[in-house]
Amino acid sequence: MSSADVAALEPLIVIAATAILVMMGIAFRRNHALAVALTVAGLAVAFISIFTAPAPRQVTRLLVVDGFALFYIGLIIASAAIVSLISFQYFRTHCADREELYLLLLLATLGCVVLAASAHFISFLLGLEILSVSLYGMVAYSKDRVHALEVGMKYLVLASTSAAFLLFGAALIYCSTGTMEFAKFRQLPPDDSSFPLFIAGLVLTITGIGFKLGIVPFHLWIPDVYQGAPAPITAYVATTSKTAVVALLLRYAYLSGALGHGVVFVVFVIMAIASMVAGNLLALRQQSIKRILAYSSIAHFGYILVGFLSGGSRAIEAVTFYLVSYTVTILSALGIVAILSNADSDADNLESYSGLFWRRPVLAAFLTAAMLSLAGIPATIGFLGKFYVLAAAAESGTWPLMIVLAITSVIGLFYYLRIVAKLYESSSGRETALPAVSPLSVLPIAVAGSLIIGVGVFPGHVLSWIRTAMVIFNQ
Amino acid sequence: MMLIWFICLPLFAAVLAVLSARYSRELPRWISLIALGLDLALAAQVWFSSASAGPWFAEVDWAWVPSFGIHFHLAMDGLSLLMLLLTFLLGIIAVLASWTEIREKVGFFHFNLMCLTAGIVTVFLAVDLFLFYFGWELMLVPMYFLIVIWGHERRVYAASKFFLFTQCSGLLMLIAILALYFIHHQTSGIYTFQYSELLDTSLSHRTEMLLMLGFFAAFAVKLPVLPLHTWLPDAHTEAPTAGSIILAGLLLKTGAYGLIRFVLPLFPHASREFTPVALILAVAGIVYGAVMAFSQTDLKRLVAYTSVSHLGFVLLGLYSWNSLGLQGAIMTMICHGLSTGGLFALVGGLQERIHTRDLNRMGGLWAVAPVLSGSMIFFGLASLGLPGMGDFVGEFLVLLGSYKVSVATTSIAALGILASTFYALRMVERALRGPNTNGWKFSDLKTREVLMVAFMIVGLLWLGLFPQPVLRTSQPALDYLQRHAQLSTGLVEEIANE
Repeated sequence: MSSADVAALEPLIVIAATAILVMMGIAFRRNHALAVALTVAGLAVAFISIFTAPAPRQVTRLLVVDGFALFYIGLIIASAAIVSLISFQYFRTHCADREELYLLLLLATLGCVVLAASAHFISFLLGLEILSVSLYGMVAYSKDRVHALEVGMKYLVLASTSAAFLLFGAALIYCSTGTMEFAKFRQLPPDDSSFPLFIAGLVLTITGIGFKLGIVPFHLWIPDVYQGAPAPITAYVATTSKTAVVALLLRYAYLSGALGHGVVFVVFVIMAIASMVAGNLLALRQQSIKRILAYSSIAHFGYILVGFLSGGSRAIEAVTFYLVSYTVTILSALGIVAILSNADSDADNLESYSGLFWRRPVLAAFLTAAMLSLAGIPATIGFLGKFYVLAAAAESGTWPLMIVLAITSVIGLFYYLRIVAKLYESSSGRETALPAVSPLSVLPIAVAGSLIIGVGVFPGHVLSWIRTAMVIFNQ
Repeated sequence: MMLIWFICLPLFAAVLAVLSARYSRELPRWISLIALGLDLALAAQVWFSSASAGPWFAEVDWAWVPSFGIHFHLAMDGLSLLMLLLTFLLGIIAVLASWTEIREKVGFFHFNLMCLTAGIVTVFLAVDLFLFYFGWELMLVPMYFLIVIWGHERRVYAASKFFLFTQCSGLLMLIAILALYFIHHQTSGIYTFQYSELLDTSLSHRTEMLLMLGFFAAFAVKLPVLPLHTWLPDAHTEAPTAGSIILAGLLLKTGAYGLIRFVLPLFPHASREFTPVALILAVAGIVYGAVMAFSQTDLKRLVAYTSVSHLGFVLLGLYSWNSLGLQGAIMTMICHGLSTGGLFALVGGLQERIHTRDLNRMGGLWAVAPVLSGSMIFFGLASLGLPGMGDFVGEFLVLLGSYKVSVATTSIAALGILASTFYALRMVERALRGPNTNGWKFSDLKTREVLMVAFMIVGLLWLGLFPQPVLRTSQPALDYLQRHAQLSTGLVEEIANE
């Protein structure tokens, strides 16, 4: 391993070192603020090291550090840092043992970064398992809560099952192609006798990926985990971990040419349509804001699949931009939920948001912006995401998917508007007291919230970053 | 550069209104009033000094998102200018009409009102399709808030319905815009949303029809065209007075404007083929609106249904494919804004005083408030198309124009005018005459309201007696349109020169 390899892997190394540092810090002295400070500082260093990493570079056969990977690593690290800041406010009043959360968070982030850079089944599985095992602990972290263990168990069982599918799929592919490198899967001739095995393997691996993304029909864990996990962890599951899996999906699918096989394409089309329809319909009658966001996330990943399936030169850019917009928006929305929550339970019931605008105008305005962004209203980043996905789909001419996207996102408006209308209800006079909010804790939300509007109106820079980062795929 | 001010002034005012609300309840009202007044003065100044060589009086073109070929491109021709004048005028009326109605959350109310104005102005000025869509959707949000926060009993239902109808049809338009964008790229190699460049895109017969329908859906919901109108009575009825004025006076006009600016010139062949359907829908709307208005007991709902009827005339005029019809449609748009705006302002004032909109509970109001009642009769008469007032000119021109296309539809539409007499007179009869059974006693219009109403009465009379300046202003824009839509021209001069 040369020094250039080490330099290319610097983000991974920094994150791993930070995890050790935080662990030793806890051993010496338990301090919540110190743990958060170390975590955020480590993530910041890792973020900076992205800009100095020599790219593109293949580091061993397992990892590829290129513009695409670095962009996704940056997104992962940034969202993880924001989640840590949100957690700091959220767990301030939490009972004992808050510090280990950041340890788990750093490890999970390490898994995410590995996923974003992996081009090989080994690194794929390693990254996925590091991520999953850390997440088991994170979703059940508030262990005194009623549903904590249930959520942890549910996630554990379903994630292990999907990992088993994934392993089996990988085994089948290895058996038919004799390689685990994504880029070499294309070499298998379609008239080969083991070709059906290969296709079966592809579909099985997609099952595993689909589970992590929470798309129909692998979405059953999503609402329970979103609702049961502490709000910052929900944000982590929704943004950081899914970002990593999407990065992997893009690389896996495009390198292996999976979309070129009719069966795989049809499977994806069915999953996309089912996710958009089911996600939006199921969200309609929910009373819990976290459950609404959970079902809406199913729908949003359906939209992402529409962009992914368009397969044209814009597909990767569209998917990436959509992810950026979704990440920013969800961090803002769940960050506000976290701020309004207290140690015992999350501010989850829609009723607790009644008339929020008249009591906490700034928070309510940010939440409104987030909801409008999820609904895809112009002047928000979510609109541009949807616009980009529709543009990619229009370019490749997948009209049925576009029509489904349009119709289902109108259904989606129902529940986003319900939340917004709640925020502006005139006060009924029997609201519960809101927790005190420190300016520092609003900072991450303010950052995310101003990005929603700022990028929504002036998207030029972000678009050109993405375009230059994704250039490797457009050869 | 000047065009930027039309958008920025209301936006500045919006921010100022929110910030100033903590000091005074009066301040946000004055801020909105001043901003709209300045904009109106600016627009009027353009009108009086308008002498332009090209098709546009003024233009602003900045690159916005270069990687998509999106421009921040505003341009103003006679049509946009007229619509802007109407926007600022009705904006002022809306501020005045809500002066005492809105007592709570005044700052945020004016924030929304001003953002709404900015959105409407963007729609009337945008000549980049992306920017147009941006403004089109952006209008929704403040309007939604106006209804959902300050509306009446069923406000959440009405606001959501309004939002969903518009958003759904808007997305179809977005898909059509994107399709046009990529088809244009395939033929010319250029990625652009610019109106003037997309005008020359060659489309296959079927694609043109589909894309036309995508655009038409969005504008038909706003206009509203018959089967898509169901959001309108709810939204108009539940909105606060200012909201109703802006909805009826301006938002409906954005639909008609979209048809004139985009559907007819971008898809001339498909639109022409679509004419019979559009004419039938128009006539159906005229008759249906009138009949429904006749049978309402809620005064605001009654006025709302008259809009369906009047906007049917606009659609009829647009699809007559001649200058007479188009001029008539534009005239009707402006006059309907004033007469319906006036009616909504008066109904709002009445509701503020007697806390009901139920016609059955009214009666004998003439004796109590003669000025209010007199103005209401005036606007009622204007609405039924009495000669001498603006609405008559508009509807007459529309009928002249459509007569050349289809005698049958024109005859039925003329029946619609007859029906409008019934509902207008019924409104006057039920509300103002007869015995005052409920013993209503309240103060007549105040100076502010008298001024506001007088303003609109003078406007309607002026438009009815001297329509020439308006016709002259819109003519170049229509000529430009017709060149692109390859219409038969030359007939409008006969009327315009009389």
